[in-house]
Amino acid sequence: MSMNLEERLKENPELKKQVDELNVFIDEHGTREGSLINVLHRAQEIFGYLPDEILEYVAKKLNVPRSSVYGVVTFYHFFSRVPKGRHTISVCLGTACYVRGGNNVYDKIVKTLGIKAGETTQDGRFSLDLVRCVGACGLAPVVVIDKDTYGRSTPDKVVTLLNKYA
Amino acid sequence: MIRNQLLVCAGGACITSGEKSVKDVLVEELKKNNIEDEVQLIETGCMGACDLGPIVVVYPEGTFYQKVNVKNAPLIVTEHLVKGRTVPDLLYSEPVGEKKAHTSAEIPFYARQVKRVLRNCGAIDPLSIDEYIARDGYFALAKALEMTQEEIIKLLIDSGLRGRGGAGFPTGLKWKAAREAVGSPKYVVCNGDEGDPGAFMDRSVLEGDPHSIIEAMTIAGYAIGAQKGYMYVRAEYPLAIERFDYALSKAREMGFLGDNILNSGFDFDIEIRIGAGAFVCGEETALLRSIEGKRGTPTVKPPFPAQSGLWGQPTLINNVETYANISQIIIKGAEWFRSVGSLKSPGTKVFALAGNVQNTGLVEVPMGTTLRELVFEIGGGIPGGKKFKAAQTGGPSGGVITADYLDMPIDFDTVKEIGTIMGSGGLIVLDETSCMVDVAKFYLGFTVDESCGKCTPCREGTRQMYQMLERICDGKGKDGDIQKLNRLAETIKDTSLCGLGQSAPNPVLSTIRFYKDEYEAHIGEKRCPAHVCKHLLVYSINAEKCVGCTACARQCPAQAIAGEVRKAHVIDQSKCIKCGSCYETCRFGAISKE
Amino acid sequence: MKSLDELKRIKDQTLKEMDLRQAKERGKIVVAMGTCGIAAGAKDTLMVIIDELSKADVHDVKVVQSGCMGLCDREPTVEVSMKNQPVVVYGDVDEANARRIVREHIQGGKVVTDLVIKRENI
Repeated sequence: MSMNLEERLKENPELKKQVDELNVFIDEHGTREGSLINVLHRAQEIFGYLPDEILEYVAKKLNVPRSSVYGVVTFYHFFSRVPKGRHTISVCLGTACYVRGGNNVYDKIVKTLGIKAGETTQDGRFSLDLVRCVGACGLAPVVVIDKDTYGRSTPDKVVTLLNKYA
Repeated sequence: MIRNQLLVCAGGACITSGEKSVKDVLVEELKKNNIEDEVQLIETGCMGACDLGPIVVVYPEGTFYQKVNVKNAPLIVTEHLVKGRTVPDLLYSEPVGEKKAHTSAEIPFYARQVKRVLRNCGAIDPLSIDEYIARDGYFALAKALEMTQEEIIKLLIDSGLRGRGGAGFPTGLKWKAAREAVGSPKYVVCNGDEGDPGAFMDRSVLEGDPHSIIEAMTIAGYAIGAQKGYMYVRAEYPLAIERFDYALSKAREMGFLGDNILNSGFDFDIEIRIGAGAFVCGEETALLRSIEGKRGTPTVKPPFPAQSGLWGQPTLINNVETYANISQIIIKGAEWFRSVGSLKSPGTKVFALAGNVQNTGLVEVPMGTTLRELVFEIGGGIPGGKKFKAAQTGGPSGGVITADYLDMPIDFDTVKEIGTIMGSGGLIVLDETSCMVDVAKFYLGFTVDESCGKCTPCREGTRQMYQMLERICDGKGKDGDIQKLNRLAETIKDTSLCGLGQSAPNPVLSTIRFYKDEYEAHIGEKRCPAHVCKHLLVYSINAEKCVGCTACARQCPAQAIAGEVRKAHVIDQSKCIKCGSCYETCRFGAISKE
Repeated sequence: MKSLDELKRIKDQTLKEMDLRQAKERGKIVVAMGTCGIAAGAKDTLMVIIDELSKADVHDVKVVQSGCMGLCDREPTVEVSMKNQPVVVYGDVDEANARRIVREHIQGGKVVTDLVIKRENI
């Protein structure tokens, strides 16, 4: 597969740009002890998710066994090995949000979009996640779409909200 | 010449409520009125009263404006700042009565608090190291560098400070162990992996007063002989990461980090490590593995991190709120620290008040404050005239404090006696509409997701318990389930390696202890007293109230409602899927839920 | 940053900039900023008072604004209430008079009799 990536880098300037960007980060931070998680964070920022070929690439670059990289990626919820939608909806089901009806908001989104947590709509518009507390408990229930946080959400409000994201 | 300062709260909740656009409007309006040179606008960290946001405070008067939005924000400029007239509509008024509060000191939510950990949050610009210094920042570091390591540690032991992360271990002893441990290099770590869903004090400190943590970690480095610190923050807190990172760069620029700090010959620096969404990483040994770039699975203690932590080296690890107390203890002394709080738990505790309570947000009170004061005086009681049922503390590792204990002083030891823990300070208020079996199931569901999988009792046992609770909530509970839950809980507690597993059954044990009747009602009578568990609900139509509008029948997704126009409708219980849409649709209150 | 003295210098300097946010216990000066007050120059009066206090290194007196006090023909009006002293209202407070009030009343402790339009009885 790594051969594959090298060949594809020659043909795909877009991909090459992304990999170069990752290289810059690895050159600067990769030498520090225990930098694997930081590098994976950066990779996910660049690629939107963590494709297997990139995991393999990171393993080689950092001189870490592939199994360890795989182990780390699957351990932490934050990392995704499948592509994400254009917008990521995170419904908070921390305690405060749960007590104030966050699950009703979640159910409504599930019904509206036809996807469950961890899934992406067929048109690639939304990915849905459940998160445990974003620390805005005072405004529970909370929904985060991309980088915007919406407090005091209700099943009705959230549907209107979704329409804002194309 | 500046005549007024506008402090705009840029805490997480206020940003969520629209702080950024309010700020833009204010800036615009100041320009329009040609007073942008006379009035300074400063964005601060969290002011604590999260449900009142966005908050704007005007100095020197200290006028506290709440629930400001883009429409009414201009009034603060055109009325208050131009014409000297307070804007009464934006003042806080008591839920009962007409009295309006002009300053935060007049609002009960603030009046009873003792701000130590949060003293700078909402009072200074978190991006300004100068403002931190003006509030005695880095003076503790200067003082500590002139003390011996032993003197600093003795001071901490005398102060009686206990770790604010949950367990309440004496901080001074932790420092002593790390100092006395043999090995080099040593490390200082700050646990900013605030995982308890419902607690956000660490986030507020990191966002609102980042230098207080940098200063304390540096003092810790000097006291135990470490030159490197790691700040571990959750990935869910991007703003905290950004502000802490900025603060680090400023501290380096000014020479509070780096080589030969304040000409003392002591070198120290801090690196940020970002979590990746794993609750178990709040457990200290798991967190250390995560900093090492590995899977965050806990390891056996002993050896404790003080002896063998990061990369097997002696490591001191404290949580954010604990560090936030250090500088003030160095400057003001152990006596001062002990002047509030209870004998065995001196100082203050920050609670994140959330759930079914009028005033939500962050409150800092002396240890030993009662739940009644927290919920009813500071929290303003339960909204909607409902009855207080219990408060949940310690998140997925804790349990409940019931109405019977409203007057018990809360500290590390008292809560333990009734089967819960202080935890990091999340305090979720539950009213009569909360089902305790459902609450227990919620927390257990959390642990099932978050168990790292290393120990079988935790990985498999919590799942078994969860499935039993699910059955009970679905009306399929059996005689003996309670005993089985208890037995399994004890096994998991006894045989799990780390704090997560050992405490995972707590929410179940605690609710069984105090609300056994609710469990029995679910199992024996197939009834949910709080009307929460969907499958145990029975919807029925009151024939006298029903006007036959057919709205419910049209809404019902299972076609379970029959009836003619203008005649009373009937629900066919065998078809009803208990979705509740009829209940929400009926405008005549004819549908009852039991 | 190499010394405690340097740290103290930053602290003192910044405290001046944060002065508005400090508790000011000794008293307060209220400048009436109704339409008539502003028309008569109350804004300049306000700024002069702040400037004069800062120059004189006075940090325990609060300067705030209020709406119209109802003495429109004597605007700008300024009310001075110092702790444990009767409240005094001054009229016709132009820039020069504003400076006098700060110097004589706030610093000197003596009421500027010729500008007084109202005085609280005690």
